[in-house]
Amino acid sequence: MSSPAKWEAVIGLEVHVQLHTQTKMFCGCINQYGGAANSQVCPVCLGMPGSLPVPNEEAIRKTILTGLMLGCRIAPVARFDRKNYFYPDMPKNYQISQFEDPLCAGGAVGLDPFLFPKDLQESDEAKAKRSIRLTRIHLEEDVAKSFHYEERSGIDFNRAGTPLMEIVSEADLRTPGEAFAFLGSLRQVLLSGGVSSADMEKGQMRCDVNVSVRPVGQKEFGTKVELKNLNSISGVRRALEYEIGRQIGAVEKGEAIQHETRRWDDDAGATFTMRTKEKAHDYRYFPEPDLLPVRTDQGLRKAAESGLPELPAALQARLMQENGVTAYQASVLAADRVLCGYYEKAAAGTKHKAAVANWILNDFLATQPDPATSPVRPEFFGELAGLVVEGVINSAQAKKVFAELMANPASPKAIVEKLGLAQISDVGALAAFCDEAIAANPRSVEDYRSGKSNAINALKGFVMKKSQGKANPTQVDEILKAKLSA
Amino acid sequence: MSLAHETLASLRRRLSSKEIHSRDIVKDLLTEIGTREKTVHAFTHIDEKAALAAAEKADSSLPLGGIPIALKDNLNALGDPCTCSSKILEGYKAPYDATAVARLRQAGAIFLGRTNMDEFAMGSSTENSALGITRNPWDSTRIPGGSSGGSAAAVAGRLAIAALGSDTGGSIRQPAALCGCVGLKPTYGRISRYGLVAFASSLDQIGPLTRTVEDSAILLSALAGHDPRDNTTDLRKPETFLSKPTGSVQGLRVGLPKEYFLPGMSPEAEAAVRGAAHWFEKNGATLVEVSLPHTPAAIAVYYILATAEASANLARFDGVRYGRRAVEPKDLLDLYHRSRSEGFGPEVKRRIILGTFVLSQGYADAYYRKAQKVRGLLRQDFESAFTKCDLLLTPTSPEPAFPLGERTQDPLKMYLADVFTISTNLAGNGAISLPCGFTKSNLPIGLQLIGPHFGEEKILQAAHAYEQSHDFWKRMPPV
Ligand SMILES: [Zn+2]
Repeated sequence: MSSPAKWEAVIGLEVHVQLHTQTKMFCGCINQYGGAANSQVCPVCLGMPGSLPVPNEEAIRKTILTGLMLGCRIAPVARFDRKNYFYPDMPKNYQISQFEDPLCAGGAVGLDPFLFPKDLQESDEAKAKRSIRLTRIHLEEDVAKSFHYEERSGIDFNRAGTPLMEIVSEADLRTPGEAFAFLGSLRQVLLSGGVSSADMEKGQMRCDVNVSVRPVGQKEFGTKVELKNLNSISGVRRALEYEIGRQIGAVEKGEAIQHETRRWDDDAGATFTMRTKEKAHDYRYFPEPDLLPVRTDQGLRKAAESGLPELPAALQARLMQENGVTAYQASVLAADRVLCGYYEKAAAGTKHKAAVANWILNDFLATQPDPATSPVRPEFFGELAGLVVEGVINSAQAKKVFAELMANPASPKAIVEKLGLAQISDVGALAAFCDEAIAANPRSVEDYRSGKSNAINALKGFVMKKSQGKANPTQVDEILKAKLSA
Repeated sequence: MSLAHETLASLRRRLSSKEIHSRDIVKDLLTEIGTREKTVHAFTHIDEKAALAAAEKADSSLPLGGIPIALKDNLNALGDPCTCSSKILEGYKAPYDATAVARLRQAGAIFLGRTNMDEFAMGSSTENSALGITRNPWDSTRIPGGSSGGSAAAVAGRLAIAALGSDTGGSIRQPAALCGCVGLKPTYGRISRYGLVAFASSLDQIGPLTRTVEDSAILLSALAGHDPRDNTTDLRKPETFLSKPTGSVQGLRVGLPKEYFLPGMSPEAEAAVRGAAHWFEKNGATLVEVSLPHTPAAIAVYYILATAEASANLARFDGVRYGRRAVEPKDLLDLYHRSRSEGFGPEVKRRIILGTFVLSQGYADAYYRKAQKVRGLLRQDFESAFTKCDLLLTPTSPEPAFPLGERTQDPLKMYLADVFTISTNLAGNGAISLPCGFTKSNLPIGLQLIGPHFGEEKILQAAHAYEQSHDFWKRMPPV
């Protein structure tokens, strides 16, 4: 009855982000991945009888910081609530979360065109630079990890009680590409604030997706389906592409969409019913009586403000305007604050900031993936650029110096010396080479003078050969022309 | 005379002068326990060897050095059982010290006995214990009150010098009144709740049960103060309470809330309490009639909020990590169902179900949220009453100890036992119960003094002055 182009998807995301903090959300246990099972636990995060939670200020501050970075309203007074449900990975059988008064409300994530999938970066949806509204951001405690064996199950409580931030978007997203770009752009902001490493493949960022389809132009939402088990940003895109296709296929056949939770199977490339939502869970939220309301207007917000970084969008604009890097390079640099810091140091000492960006983003990264530990000091790039500009070496020599710099890092000046590469720019020495060339190649001189201007190349080649490639080609050109026309 | 009959203050003096040794007190207490515990059954657990060993090592130079103290069985003390008088905590050993326990330990106290209670502190008679009933030392056919019935019976029966209890709706004061000892529920936030197995987090407070007001002040001084492990503790500096007893009530404005003198209450109890009010007036205090108009709603509000919080607090007892676990569960749901239905007693189940209901979608507005609003009004009642007076004087309980078994089938009637104590938990105020007389049949009657927030010094001064001009506290129970 209708073609697929007449349908549109409506997508909303709920993103859980593990926060970088010293300790867990409500106890003094270390917040670190990888300890021996159940080695990072105490009566509080094990939910032992009588234990009480104490809120982690660092986690609250980082959540407020995230809110500030994303333009949220920060609640002057926020509260924690208990979310009640039974599951063995949750020691108290209630989760301390936030319901009525979350730390942050509103805000938005701007979609960075370069964080769309590669094949969509030139598309209209990428160029639209849409801004996706957020509903809220709240703070809660993570649950433990369950392991299921043949006969029994085990639980590792190291993760139980670690701080988890939940970021909920409005149903503003329309395409799998946008969802992909949303997660990438959000991740960039989180990285810039040092809030989380937000790596989906490591479980530091987890994402549930709500998706429905409706005819283009219709205001009402279709029946939404929740997707789970999405373990990478590209997985989210694949799952959405499949699921939207499935839903459109179903409604076009006149079938009703079930209100359900579906599991994405990345290997099968399909979603499968996990559970239907006939009985909505009643979490019986109520204010957590063990915790006082959190006042953010008495220093917490100020402390968060002092940690505000230069946001990705502002950084990109500055790099493009002031350093002349391309939009793509700006996006790459903004996505990696360590690399960006390295680049900014490298570019600081030279006017040729764009050239330095090229060097770093192409040749340098190919051999030195970790700028933080690289023995190649960022100042070297400025120095190298300077050597070229000042004519000490030519661009062919610069390539040699660069290769040596990567292989045996040292100051470019020292390398030039070591390799004996310094360009000969001394007019007297060059004139002597030129005289020799004219004397040895009467034929070429003849040709040149008779109007074959290309004949000068043979003379230049002679000079370069005699000077072992060190002659300054521009100067040689000038001297030869002067001598031949004399 | 057996050292078991002495007050904590007197033993402290004699210990620090080396006139006696901690082991002497422990031995005398064990002798008393040996003869009368089988009747009273105040304890769920006694470790004689550990107590004697601790007594040997006691440092009598410390503020509570060598003083044996009994702990209600819902306070975690490292390595000891902590059953909450419930089958569901069978086999559980505390993996840490409650802050209150740690502070007593630091002050040199030693622990002798864990006291019986209504299961998870839910009850007013200690008959809801899964580990047997406790009898009132004044009449072994009667209840000791609850839920800290074991602590009150032990202190009154000379089986303990002092004990800690917990009070969520009257659980320290009501048994203290019914057993003829002194029970203090401090202001919410005064003593850390860390390590107290929670019943209703916004109402629970730990407090001492003692023979005298002075003993109560000594323990409060050791227990009070901010605890970084309890977000709800107050930040004010530690105090020493009753360090300079005035012995006077001159100029004190004593409020008598009209809602606390009910037509149905025991005439003997009412007479004794009015007699106490008269004593205050005779000794220079002014009596002021005040009103706490929302009092009639207090029991309903309490049973909504306390059960709501309890339904979440008790969710952790699921057989997964500690305590009783159902044998051979079919699956996870079966493990939950059977561990909990076998482990909890009927009153606990009743309250979990009630609490779950009042928080449920569609009902939370009518019950939980409305009750929160009325709780705010109750708090305002007290605030405005304390603009007219310094302390409130009321009965602790509408009647003396009732017979065992009389109300076990009538929970609503049982709930009324806390009618005079519940409001202070909802409003957060501190209050004390102390003896103010006896019935003709020799049952103790309790007087309650309620203070403004953090007004413990006022409460203790007045209670001490009253106590010292009477000799109710010196009377010995017959059992
Ligand atoms: Zn912990």
